[in-house]
Amino acid sequence: MTGTSGLIWLVFIIAMSLLLRPIGRRVPIAPFQHACTGMSLGGAFGYSIAIATIYLMCWLYFVKELIFFQWFVQGVIGLGIAGYLFRLAGQHFGTDGSRKMFRQMPVTAALGIIIIIGYAIMSIFADWLAPYGQAEIFAKVNVLPGGNPDLGGDPAHLLGTDQIGRDLLSRLIYGGQNTVGIAFITTCLAFLIGTFFGFLAAALGGWFDQALSRIVDMLMSIPQLIFALLLMTIASAWAGSEKWLLTIYMILIIAVLDATRVFRLSRAVGMNIVVMDFFEAAKLRGEKMPYLIFNEILPNAFAPLLAEFGLRFCFVFLTIASLSFLGVGIQPPLADWGTMVKDLAQFINFAVFSPLTAALPLMAASAIALLTVAVNFVVDWMLHRTSGLRE
Amino acid sequence: MLPGDFAQALLGQAATPEAVAAIRADLGLDRPIATRYFDWLLRAARGDFGTSFAQANFSAYVGENSSSNYGSVATQLAPRFANTVFLASVTAVIAIPISLIIGILAALYRYSVFDRVANVSTLTSISSPEFFVAYILILVLAVLNPLLPSLSNIFDGMSFGERLEKTLLPALTLTLVVTAHMMRMTRAAIINLLASPYIEMARLKGLSPFRVIVVHALPNALAPIINVVALNLAYLITGVVVVEVVFVYPGIGQLFVDSVKIRDIPVVQACCMVFASAYILLNLLADIMAILSNPRLRMPK
Amino acid sequence: MTNAKPLLKIRDLQIDGISDETRSRVINKVSLDLYPGEVLGLIGESGAGKSTLGLAGMGFTRDGCEIVGGSIEFDGIDLVNSTVEKRRQLLGSRIAYVAQSAAASFNPSHKIINQHTEAPVFHRKFSRIDAETDAINLYRRLRLPQPEMIGFRYPHQLSGGQLQRAMTAMAMSCRPDLIIFDEPTTALDVTTQIEVLSAIRDIVKQFSTAAIYITHDLAVVAQMADRIKVLLRGDEVEENTTRAMLKSPRESYTKSLWAVRSFERKQKPPAKTGAIPVISLKNVTAAYAMNDPVVRDVSFDIHAGRTVAVVGESGSGKSTAARCITGLLPPLTGSISFDGTALQPDYRQRSNEQLRQMQMIYQMADTALNPRKKIGEIIGRPVEFYLGLTGREKRRRVEELLAQIELEPTEFIDRYPAEISGGQKQRIGIARALAAEPKFIICDEVTSALDQLVAEGILRLLTDLQDKMQLSFMLITHDLSTVRAIADEVVVMKDGVVVESGPKNDMFKPPHHAYTDLLLSSVPNMDPDWLDNLLASRGVDNIGDAAIEKMNES
Repeated sequence: MTGTSGLIWLVFIIAMSLLLRPIGRRVPIAPFQHACTGMSLGGAFGYSIAIATIYLMCWLYFVKELIFFQWFVQGVIGLGIAGYLFRLAGQHFGTDGSRKMFRQMPVTAALGIIIIIGYAIMSIFADWLAPYGQAEIFAKVNVLPGGNPDLGGDPAHLLGTDQIGRDLLSRLIYGGQNTVGIAFITTCLAFLIGTFFGFLAAALGGWFDQALSRIVDMLMSIPQLIFALLLMTIASAWAGSEKWLLTIYMILIIAVLDATRVFRLSRAVGMNIVVMDFFEAAKLRGEKMPYLIFNEILPNAFAPLLAEFGLRFCFVFLTIASLSFLGVGIQPPLADWGTMVKDLAQFINFAVFSPLTAALPLMAASAIALLTVAVNFVVDWMLHRTSGLRE
Repeated sequence: MLPGDFAQALLGQAATPEAVAAIRADLGLDRPIATRYFDWLLRAARGDFGTSFAQANFSAYVGENSSSNYGSVATQLAPRFANTVFLASVTAVIAIPISLIIGILAALYRYSVFDRVANVSTLTSISSPEFFVAYILILVLAVLNPLLPSLSNIFDGMSFGERLEKTLLPALTLTLVVTAHMMRMTRAAIINLLASPYIEMARLKGLSPFRVIVVHALPNALAPIINVVALNLAYLITGVVVVEVVFVYPGIGQLFVDSVKIRDIPVVQACCMVFASAYILLNLLADIMAILSNPRLRMPK
Repeated sequence: MTNAKPLLKIRDLQIDGISDETRSRVINKVSLDLYPGEVLGLIGESGAGKSTLGLAGMGFTRDGCEIVGGSIEFDGIDLVNSTVEKRRQLLGSRIAYVAQSAAASFNPSHKIINQHTEAPVFHRKFSRIDAETDAINLYRRLRLPQPEMIGFRYPHQLSGGQLQRAMTAMAMSCRPDLIIFDEPTTALDVTTQIEVLSAIRDIVKQFSTAAIYITHDLAVVAQMADRIKVLLRGDEVEENTTRAMLKSPRESYTKSLWAVRSFERKQKPPAKTGAIPVISLKNVTAAYAMNDPVVRDVSFDIHAGRTVAVVGESGSGKSTAARCITGLLPPLTGSISFDGTALQPDYRQRSNEQLRQMQMIYQMADTALNPRKKIGEIIGRPVEFYLGLTGREKRRRVEELLAQIELEPTEFIDRYPAEISGGQKQRIGIARALAAEPKFIICDEVTSALDQLVAEGILRLLTDLQDKMQLSFMLITHDLSTVRAIADEVVVMKDGVVVESGPKNDMFKPPHHAYTDLLLSSVPNMDPDWLDNLLASRGVDNIGDAAIEKMNES
């Protein structure tokens, strides 16, 4: 069945791409006609594939009624509308500068900003938002999500409870606070270390720069996740049974490893600035090093550094989630999204029977993915903006 | 190198000082750290990674009747490494052509709908953790529509077809992640290239767009593209770890994670060595290819 | 000379430029006629729209430009409304383009001759073999060294002047009816430029090609063009034959462009013997790498209240000498003294007072000012750092300085560098140097990046300031007209050595060193016959790089 229908689709696409332009030129609607005249064969091919894909998606949604697909489409449309409305609001309220910024912003960046704000609120106000504590244990174990008593749910625990009896909704919210919070602290630390040494290396040059660059090269020669796992092994031995100490070690290890990348970037940015004439003028004036770094280099390095902060945050966040997923990251009883994915992973196998249960591990994983996607959208837009301005 | 005592962890509650001392002497843990490390390096260079603590323990547990040599780390590592290389190769074979084609097309038709869709989807793919992509794929391709197995336990003696079927799902996961990176970098490199004055000059000579791209742009694009491919193959090494854990694929990544959990030092060290060497080798290859494909560097004035 | 029908006919052309959200009119209702075999010079300052107009003559617009009105007709073919294929047939085969930077316009991965033969083979004008033979002949005509072999090299193996001539040959490869020359010699040294100019003129005449020659240099256009058209910010100002235009320009803008070249200050009387020079270099040798001295045994003096021009082409070591004086590059041997006291070779060991007395003004205003600081802060910092003024006193001093550089204080004090023009930025650079109240200022190619009118303003300002405050200037430049304008003494450098030095008036009169002679004679002036006279007097093989090589050999 799939073989023959696939073949039919292929024939349809090829036929469509060849016939679209000549047919389109005869249609009396003016803009459509104009577009078809200027279109190349590649363009016609692309449009045919697009039409076929849209048809396929509608069929999957309405005819086959795949629940996960429906959720996915609903999610994308919902987010799209949210981003669009937010950008619309930004274009009408605010100062002249902010309104101009919103006018030139793509929808993806607006969406990204809303999501980041949402996560920030959830992280900061977790204590008020979560119905219960993250380690609070209830008698009702393995309650299914949905809140419907007939299907094994419980209205007091909207997302159910895990095998120990902890409320999953609260753990999800606190997981946000822990994972996002720890990632943020780690990124800030990495950034401070990296930019400090990076600017210093750029400004001083000479043997200091060479020595530091060699050390950083050595640290970067091992892939980051592997190195982190290696160091965490040692750290877990040192920490012994003190779980919170392990978390501190993790923060330090990831911060130092990530600082190497920040060092590379800030050194490169610093080097670009250091060769400028205005920097030379300041040097010749007799200005001292702190002035040179803070007043000459830093203000000009701001834009690329901000973008890099976003990227680094994503990377740190993903590394911490991955480490937790593998079991060596954030330790219980602290709730954490990576650990939650690991603990709930087997529920995916029940997807055919109870989609909502299967969605649980995916919920934690998508929480991770959504934040990184949002930050990447915003960073992408920022980079696009600064490179455009430079030209 | 690891201060945390393996002997202690091994014996756990039953660790009387004498027992600990005995095991430590047996495993050579009582010699100073520097000597031990140097010794290990020497032997590693010869391919002898030593004896895995876990294996040693297992053999001792099972008894002297089983083969008199302790399971060496190398014998543990070799088949696993071969499996990982197989996984990486399958991924590379699928990922490289797809990402290059999509990247080049996106650069040529930039700012079109195709480009924007590609941009957003690759950005989403890069931002997601590998286990997220893995579980989504498991959901769609293994659970809901049982097309592929969700557990990839391959072993010696399997036919190539069967092996391929079991490896396909983890390979697809890795492909999604790596393709995204490669496509974006290729697109950026080609767009950068297309803005060069000599491309404008080629257009002003009246050459067809096909000739401009193939004869003028592509030769200069080789260096950045090869660079991108090599860098992403190096990145593949990191992604392999998580994917192998999710799919329970018997590769070097899973061995690494398991050894970390039980603090099996020789294995951890050996795995790290392998990963680091592969990473460094691939980066070196990228640099060499970049030099070879730039005529300016090949033939100085 | 004029035939019945023009080859290129542009009527009321309007082109818009779109960047971000803003639309601006780049070309505003410009018309031109070009007849076969005629050379039209298109001049104007930067931003006048010359390049855009030139490319439009080929039916080509860069990204971000859009033709919104008017017509372009080439030999009867409507370029605005024809299909992409039709236009592509013309490009390269009947209309060719020579870009400003030859180094960037050649594909670094292919040999030069392959890029040359590509167009004729693609447009089916020549076979591959014939195209190659033709290329070698063209290279010989353009006096490229080793014409049989030079085509088989890669672009990075040729010098700038050679590449520019190779690009001209490439443009000729299809024997086009029209060639657009877009500032081909702007990036070249004066002595290299002359070779390229004579080569271009020779070959255009030989094949009776029509040409549009775009430049901002009036003397160059006087040599190359039969007719001249002046553009100002997208508008046509004036058009006439070369000789008529040079003798009697009609519009005031044209007149002001012509007048720029006549600004000249009288030389001051020589310094009293025994007077202590403000800056004195003695036998300075300096290098960046160990065995490769960039400056060798250089000595000269700069006296109070006088301007010494250090002239040379790229690589002559003039900027390096300046870096030695400021202390950024400690010399290997020799000494530098200020007001009789020897200076420490490294600037980090000099006192703040010594640093204050010596200031520098840079060439590129974009990189000379910190883009994140306001003008008031940029000028105010030296005031605060050296003189210790703060608050209201500092602000008053900044306003005084702004007035001195002829900028309205209240308007500029809170602006950022990105918001002001190139000439204004250069003035801010001068104010920043003045703020330290120095005795000596190094002016490193301060007018090279500016349009001629703006540059003249800067030079006038500098001379006024010198008269008022008895400043000493070291003027680093490659432009001899600037030297003639404001220098008192001249030092000529070549390959790190001082070739000649002396008072300005003596320099411009023979007898002088062979290199100085070459330099002076290579600078075009506004006489349309100048190039012909030069070729006649020196001989075709004794100009430019060829002459320099002869000099090095002897």
